[in-house]
Amino acid sequence: MTEQMNTDEKIIYEAKDVSFTYPKGRRQILDSVSLVLKKGEILSVLGANGAGKTTLLNCMAGLLKPDHGSIELCGRNTKEMTAKEIAGKTAYVPQLHTPAFDYKVGDFVLMGRAPKKGTFESPGEEDKKIASKVLKEMGIEHLSDRSYIEISGGERQQALIARAMVQEPEVILFDEPTAHLDFGNQHRVLDMIRKMTSEGFAIVITTHNPDHALMLGGKTAIIDSKGKMTQGKASEILTEERLSGIYDTDIRLIYIEEIDRKVCVMPDF
Amino acid sequence: MKKQFFLWKADTGWLFDKEEDLGIKKKRETQEKRREPADGGLFYYYAIQNFYFVYNVNDMDTRKGLVTNIIFFAVLLCLMALCLGVGKYSLNIFGEMSDMDINMLLGVRLPRVLAAVFVGAALSLAGAVYQGVFKNPLVSPEFLGISTGACVGAAVAILMSFSAIFIQAFAFLGGISAVTLTLLIPKALKSSSNIMLVLAGIIVGGAMSSVLGFIKYIADPETQLASITYWQMGSFAYVDMNSLLYVLPFAIAAAFLILAMSWWVDILSLGENEAQMLGVSVGVMRGVFIVCATVLTASAVCIAGTIGWVGLVIPHLCRMIVGPANRVLLPSACFLGGIFLLTVDTATRLIGPAEMPISILTGIIGAPFYAWLLYRQRSRLR
Repeated sequence: MTEQMNTDEKIIYEAKDVSFTYPKGRRQILDSVSLVLKKGEILSVLGANGAGKTTLLNCMAGLLKPDHGSIELCGRNTKEMTAKEIAGKTAYVPQLHTPAFDYKVGDFVLMGRAPKKGTFESPGEEDKKIASKVLKEMGIEHLSDRSYIEISGGERQQALIARAMVQEPEVILFDEPTAHLDFGNQHRVLDMIRKMTSEGFAIVITTHNPDHALMLGGKTAIIDSKGKMTQGKASEILTEERLSGIYDTDIRLIYIEEIDRKVCVMPDF
Repeated sequence: MKKQFFLWKADTGWLFDKEEDLGIKKKRETQEKRREPADGGLFYYYAIQNFYFVYNVNDMDTRKGLVTNIIFFAVLLCLMALCLGVGKYSLNIFGEMSDMDINMLLGVRLPRVLAAVFVGAALSLAGAVYQGVFKNPLVSPEFLGISTGACVGAAVAILMSFSAIFIQAFAFLGGISAVTLTLLIPKALKSSSNIMLVLAGIIVGGAMSSVLGFIKYIADPETQLASITYWQMGSFAYVDMNSLLYVLPFAIAAAFLILAMSWWVDILSLGENEAQMLGVSVGVMRGVFIVCATVLTASAVCIAGTIGWVGLVIPHLCRMIVGPANRVLLPSACFLGGIFLLTVDTATRLIGPAEMPISILTGIIGAPFYAWLLYRQRSRLR
């Protein structure tokens, strides 16, 4: 039934046969990767270190141009779109980093309004209202006067997410949003991401933790070391053999009754 | 003010456990204390409050920034009036003046004061822009080799006996080639670290100094050598109104373009990928900023040669006073740069029997400041 409904939903991203090799790179990072992402859908991308998760994300974001194949964003080829047009629909939450200057969190979040602004414009009252509304909804308005460098990693991740929300996109790409976060913050960020899908955002997230893909549900894609991508429903695609294969470690999926889902563990340790 | 305190005390959100929460509250309490006006800051405090009623700007930061900039501007104007009067030959500019006094004022003092203010403003603005778009707080027009490059350009034009307008154009070309070279080095080495860009600036600056040395070596010692040496040394002693008028229009146009786009420096300072993901055509916009900042640097060099440290120190000082947001920072860098260089230049006029080269004083102030800056940012430099 839900499958039926999903087919009516608007297609946000459609990648066809995307291949990518870095200039002078020794191997193909992405090999004929195709995917479809609809409104309200979530796609978790798994893969070993260097498998091409971030490369895929960067191709979708238009930061990298695929050597072959096309990526369409809301029906238009990203190659023909300007940075501004892409940013109007896609928000990118990069990995945690420290900027060179200690902007206040409020100012930092306000930068998400950039795609809506002309060259000689800067954010006005209206934009500030949108930003403070997002901060309030996320429960982090108390951070808005603090320096982005001073706050903790978890708070910084939230500020990045807030900036993406302020952009008012259709789709949000997360590059390892749980990396560098402690256990509790990982959970909170995942919870937030799940809430966002129910609000209608399409979401792509890369992660090193298969459990996260299981927790988020939705679609899962696995990129192997040859650049091939396998995808499907999280519960179907994540099997012990497949996970053991890509991480080159013995991995078990064990059903736990109390939480009514499978968890991913490494038995021979 | 009250309202903001309320918000701070409101729900702290879901990301904190209790202990963290307490820590944050403590921190916030100290912040609140800091915001309350101390005796000395009372004027400042009321100025900000009043500004709210007069202009209905209800955002504390913007208000604070605007008021700070207005105060800077007022200080600059008062200082200019003062500096027109003082000197080895003192003028009473508000009283009656003889013809000679007026000649002195319009022919010598006024160009000199204007030039000092303008060069200070141009170098500080350029420095702040370079720091922003290269997302590197350690760079400045001198440290990127741009000032020396502009100097080489000017020297070549003098060598070929070109007119003033060509000296300006050549200075710009020299500056833009220097900045291009400086940017190419980290790219060729595939390194984007802060230190690499500074090293590249040292390489290019060093090379440009050698070229300058060579030009001086082949220059006509009777006429050209003196004027080239003057460019290089940096001085306001021989500024006249005409040379100012050649340079100012370009520089003012560049400054206005930068100030009109100042918010985008914030975005560019996040780095190439992030800026692009926020919808910026990074190449074009960064190019515009670099060209404008280089026009400013070249103009400053055309007027007074290379004057060190201003473009590095003032943007940092401003960031400490008004914060890093470029919409406020860039104008305040202009004003404070003007104040700084005008003060220093007036000091060189007053100290000692003969005039001291201005770079000596800027160096005495700038070098320890740079060391202190490195110390403060030691954890963030890798």
